Amino acid sequence: MYLNQFLLLSAVLFSCGVYGVLARRNGVLVLMSIELILNAVNINLVAFGAFHNQLAGQVFALFTVAVAAAEVGVGLAIVLLIYRNTRSIDLDKVASMKG
Amino acid sequence: MPVAQLLAADTANLPQHIAFGLLAAVMTFSSLRVVTSKNVVHCALYLVMVLAGVAGIYILLAAEFLAAVQVLVYIGAIVVLFLFGIMLTRAPIGRSPGLDNDQRGLAAMVGLAVAALLATLLIDGFGDDKIALEEPQRSGDVGLEIFQSYVIPFEVISVLLLAALVGAVVLARRD
Repeated sequence: MYLNQFLLLSAVLFSCGVYGVLARRNGVLVLMSIELILNAVNINLVAFGAFHNQLAGQVFALFTVAVAAAEVGVGLAIVLLIYRNTRSIDLDKVASMKG
Repeated sequence: MPVAQLLAADTANLPQHIAFGLLAAVMTFSSLRVVTSKNVVHCALYLVMVLAGVAGIYILLAAEFLAAVQVLVYIGAIVVLFLFGIMLTRAPIGRSPGLDNDQRGLAAMVGLAVAALLATLLIDGFGDDKIALEEPQRSGDVGLEIFQSYVIPFEVISVLLLAALVGAVVLARRD
């Protein structure tokens, strides 16, 4: 199997995630797009680990999974807080830092 | 026969390529639907399809332990957390038009530009490099690697998880 087929698939996932982060205004959907980006990173790590025949890729991917879990927990807590304060999770309305 | 030996054998490559093609098609379609669907719950379910596809890719790359972790942590825990988030914020369950903002055209251009740039660079950089695993990578070896070479990052991760737990409780608590 070619290394590139995995890297190109993860590039597709990454681009979809970037589009989602930029185009969505619902807070939960933005977090889902970030998950797409993190999964693209994981595919790359494992593919390069297999390419170089080293286990470090899998170990780093495991660490990334743990970090993603922590990120989703805190991120959803923040989204919940935004919902409680503004009665919506429309991120375009969270503009109090706009000059 | 372990998956890694299958990976190394050239004669067994056709089923692998078929499996990869199926997984890639499902994952591409589902990830596009995750970012374009008008229904929040459908987005979460398409995200499940993408995550399951990633688990399949891990199995193709002979990383069985990581595939199991992917199913347990991502599909089992994170997607349920997303569904809780959808419920608690009373997101519209049916079709709802207001999920995208008005920068959609610009965002699509940025996404396509990123995809084109990455594809050009990858094809230029890695041409036709092939993955050939000479020896099977066992789950036990992954554990040994973590606890021999990466003990300190492992401990840092556990502290990070504790900090995230406390932070999430503090943020979401009602005073």
